[in-house]
Amino acid sequence: MLRAGEGTAIAPSDTSAAPAPRDYTLTGPSARQAAERGLVAAEWYHSDVPRKKMKELMARRDGPALRDSAIWIGLHVLFAAGGIWFWGSWIAVPFWLAYGVLYGSACDARWHECGHGTAFRTRWMNDVVYHIASFQVIRNPVNWRWSHARHHTDTIIVGRDAEIAWMHPVKLALKALAYVGIHDVWTSLGGLVRNAAGKLSAEEKEYIPQSEWHKAVFWARWHVAIYAATVLVALGMLLAGMGWKATIPFLLIGGPRVYGCWHMIMTGLLQHGGLAEDVLDHRLNSRTVYMNPVSRWIYWNMNYHVEHHMFPMVPYYALPALHEVIKHDLPSPNTSIWQAYREMIRAVMRQRREPGYYLVRELPATARPYQGQLHAAVPERAMA
Amino acid sequence: MPWIDACASDDIEEEDVIRWDHGGQTFAIYHGADGAFYCTDGLCTHEQVHLADGLVMDFEIECPRHNGVFDYRSGKALRAPVCVDLATYEVRDVDGRIEVLIE
Ligand code: FES
Repeated sequence: MLRAGEGTAIAPSDTSAAPAPRDYTLTGPSARQAAERGLVAAEWYHSDVPRKKMKELMARRDGPALRDSAIWIGLHVLFAAGGIWFWGSWIAVPFWLAYGVLYGSACDARWHECGHGTAFRTRWMNDVVYHIASFQVIRNPVNWRWSHARHHTDTIIVGRDAEIAWMHPVKLALKALAYVGIHDVWTSLGGLVRNAAGKLSAEEKEYIPQSEWHKAVFWARWHVAIYAATVLVALGMLLAGMGWKATIPFLLIGGPRVYGCWHMIMTGLLQHGGLAEDVLDHRLNSRTVYMNPVSRWIYWNMNYHVEHHMFPMVPYYALPALHEVIKHDLPSPNTSIWQAYREMIRAVMRQRREPGYYLVRELPATARPYQGQLHAAVPERAMA
Repeated sequence: MPWIDACASDDIEEEDVIRWDHGGQTFAIYHGADGAFYCTDGLCTHEQVHLADGLVMDFEIECPRHNGVFDYRSGKALRAPVCVDLATYEVRDVDGRIEVLIE
């Protein structure tokens, strides 16, 4: 077995002192350090896959995502109808809980895959689902397209990646609250309102090209307008004497991002939690987890997360096949959500006491080792 | 403005792309869905990534890093995160050899 990734560890500091928070901003000292260490837009490790095989894996079809989207939309209608039909009885509760997960969790995977443009072969279909899912997950569709591009360029590079879920020292209470989305929804809505008012933060201006700023404002206004309409409908229902039924608009729109986001958080936190920061090898900073088929459907196979990061061109429905092709070169996957959580939580708790600690991924004997030399291998641009 | 010999026409499968380096520059040469050949700059205009590792679909090349899309005939940027068009170069097929016009 090869030990991997130790060359780029952050040196563990004195554990007797209270851990100093790392600077995760994109405009502070970590951003400068990442550039000095050659970690910005660097060349990353890729497992060898013959071009012919890779073309097969990358090939796009509309069929799988059309089928999955029809099920996704159909179940929205079915569960919402059940929740409304059985209103006032306990039977309505499971309908709303299921609706919540479809809206508040499944949206994340649709936002993600359609943002990459890999779900459908037909571009407008990707765009339609991307906008619906961005609205559901309360993300400005423009800002997050760019932050996610950065997440792929500089995955878990501190000072560069705007989507690091575990920032050290970890605030456990906030992480626990994430499962009910309250803090997250509050800050996301605040961001939308700010964008709708025509303002972008310094960080947003850092990762979104200026030519796109007006689009960020445009879409934020649409999202805010839909929420405003939802509030007006609920108020109207209240004034019409419909009592508790006036909460239905919120259960349908916006609310599921609170009461149904737990699955998104459960799977999302596993993607990189407890693993190394500042390495140029997705085998060391991302986690592949074998999951049950329902979670894989909700999550659109993003449990194959090392594979996705290494080859973002491969659509979600081909990730299991990609996994089979490269698994000899990857660390052993976690065997279940539960097993992955046990591993991750132990590591995160230790990181609270021991800044710089991370889970060292063991590569199989068949794997190519971690390559420190990648840190200096960015191709030169041709002068056209 | 010399025509430079780049590769054999059967070095590139139809609807595929290869990388070609010349004079300190890197290019991408495409065998289009129409059977014709095309050439663009080799690196994406978003970040320094070789397009030859990407996916050719119809007349589009999708970048392997963030799935930005260009029309490789015109170089036009079609899908974010690419916003800047790609430089294109004239190509000719001379008896099974692909030549690129380099200024
Ligand atoms: S590097 Fe090509 S799309 Fe980002």
